[in-house]
Amino acid sequence: MTEKNIIYRGAEAEICIDTYRDFKVIQKRRISKSYRIKHIDDRLISSRTKEEAKLIAEARKCGVAVPIIYDVDLKQGIITMEFLDGVRIKDVLNDLKEKERNNLCEKIGESIARFHNNDIIHGDITTSNMILYDDKVHFIDFGLGEKNSEIEAKGVDLHVLMEAIESTHSKYSNCFNYVLKGYKKVLKDDANQVIKKIQDIVKRGRYR
Amino acid sequence: MICLGIEGTAHSIGAGIVKDYNGKCKVLSNLIKIYRPDEGGIHPREAANHHASNIADLIKESVKKSHLDFSDIDLISFSKGPGLGPCLRTAATAARALSLTVDKPIIGVNHCVAHLEIGRGTLDDCVDPVLLYTSGANTQVIAFAEGRYRVFGETLDIGIGNCLDKFGRDIGLDFPCGPKIEKLASEGKNYLELPYSIKGMDIAFSGILTAAEQYYKQNKRLEDICYSIQETTFAALTEVTERAMAHTEKDEVLLGGGVASNKRLQDMVRMMASDRGARFFVPSKDLCIDNGAMIAWLGILMYNSGIRMTIKNSFIDQRFRTDMVDVTWRD
Repeated sequence: MTEKNIIYRGAEAEICIDTYRDFKVIQKRRISKSYRIKHIDDRLISSRTKEEAKLIAEARKCGVAVPIIYDVDLKQGIITMEFLDGVRIKDVLNDLKEKERNNLCEKIGESIARFHNNDIIHGDITTSNMILYDDKVHFIDFGLGEKNSEIEAKGVDLHVLMEAIESTHSKYSNCFNYVLKGYKKVLKDDANQVIKKIQDIVKRGRYR
Repeated sequence: MICLGIEGTAHSIGAGIVKDYNGKCKVLSNLIKIYRPDEGGIHPREAANHHASNIADLIKESVKKSHLDFSDIDLISFSKGPGLGPCLRTAATAARALSLTVDKPIIGVNHCVAHLEIGRGTLDDCVDPVLLYTSGANTQVIAFAEGRYRVFGETLDIGIGNCLDKFGRDIGLDFPCGPKIEKLASEGKNYLELPYSIKGMDIAFSGILTAAEQYYKQNKRLEDICYSIQETTFAALTEVTERAMAHTEKDEVLLGGGVASNKRLQDMVRMMASDRGARFFVPSKDLCIDNGAMIAWLGILMYNSGIRMTIKNSFIDQRFRTDMVDVTWRD
């Protein structure tokens, strides 16, 4: 290991560039938070690191583009993974031509359906957590994810993305319809049940 | 410009008068009366009756306390929503009557946006914050993006204050239960495992409430249960706020709403802010809770940006969401 270059400070983790053997890699290091008590801090850091590494590996098996994992350190909360030299969807989505944007969103929907088919819930599907690299949309940050077969969980998962698109890409909020279009195409179960669930979740919110 | 604002979304009825002072908000008076039910939660009709019998005196008192005459007031504003219908209608009726009597324009404002604007208006250097708005019914993480105050995260079930109040009622505390739970929690030592539920930047409390009620039935030490509720819910609130700050790339955080007066919540958000090199703001307690001054201040901002309302259009909106407001007073 060589010196670490922090390229991004997220809310719960630092993302550093490092080398592992001869590869340029990313280290995601979950940081201890001084505001929460040790019990909660330890529990969240170790369970999220473990769950994330597991889910990334499983997502890969279902054909979803994700970084390759090289190493996991549960005690320190570090995942060492492939460096994806691409761009965040958040940074490109607004600037794309309409047709490209809609195609990209359809692809995103297809990928989500692929991991949902295997009961993988991402937990934080936002356009900051998708990287366009090698012409594929890679999903990162499964830290809030879980394995869950319920329609409710899949609905909540998509609802997070819907809100992210509404808040960050408000001019193009119709994008979400294209995500659903791709999702319907690939989901094995009846996607309309999940879509109905999203509407239920919206109504459950305050003042809807 | 001087504006009198009337707040009446839930349990509180308030009348406040503020003055625009070089773009900052000067509070001249801010009077609040809180409806306290004998038992159970807020009964909307009872709360509205309480508001109706108090509002006239509050208005008179607030003018007197500001050392003003009714003729000095330039604008009347009221809480258009969101909130309980009967309460909103009572406050709006009072505002209409006052507007017609003193022959001054009326404007209806969004209650949640007012919580954010009062921070920006009264606190130096608070320019573009992420607001963690925590009250009985509301729990939202709000920030300005693309011309509106957007909700980046919010509760998926009940408000944090509601969660605390419901637990408080179960164990026999009077409303509002937050301060009593805070006191009990300060004597808690042992953390009892509670679910920690975050979905993206959204948050859920009902599971925590159920688990806490189970501990109570098992006769666990009350102080420890309260401590665990606070530590878990506030850690989750702080975490979603930090996520929103990272996501929006903003380096100011503002607290608002009744639960914002909880010292432990303040400490946690302050620590989070300082760890990420961000600035932390919290208005004084009377401006955190539901109050008329914040309604008055948002009225001034909207009026000065060219927004006008007629009596005919001064209806209320129980489901007036934060992100429905076109923010014409900011670039």
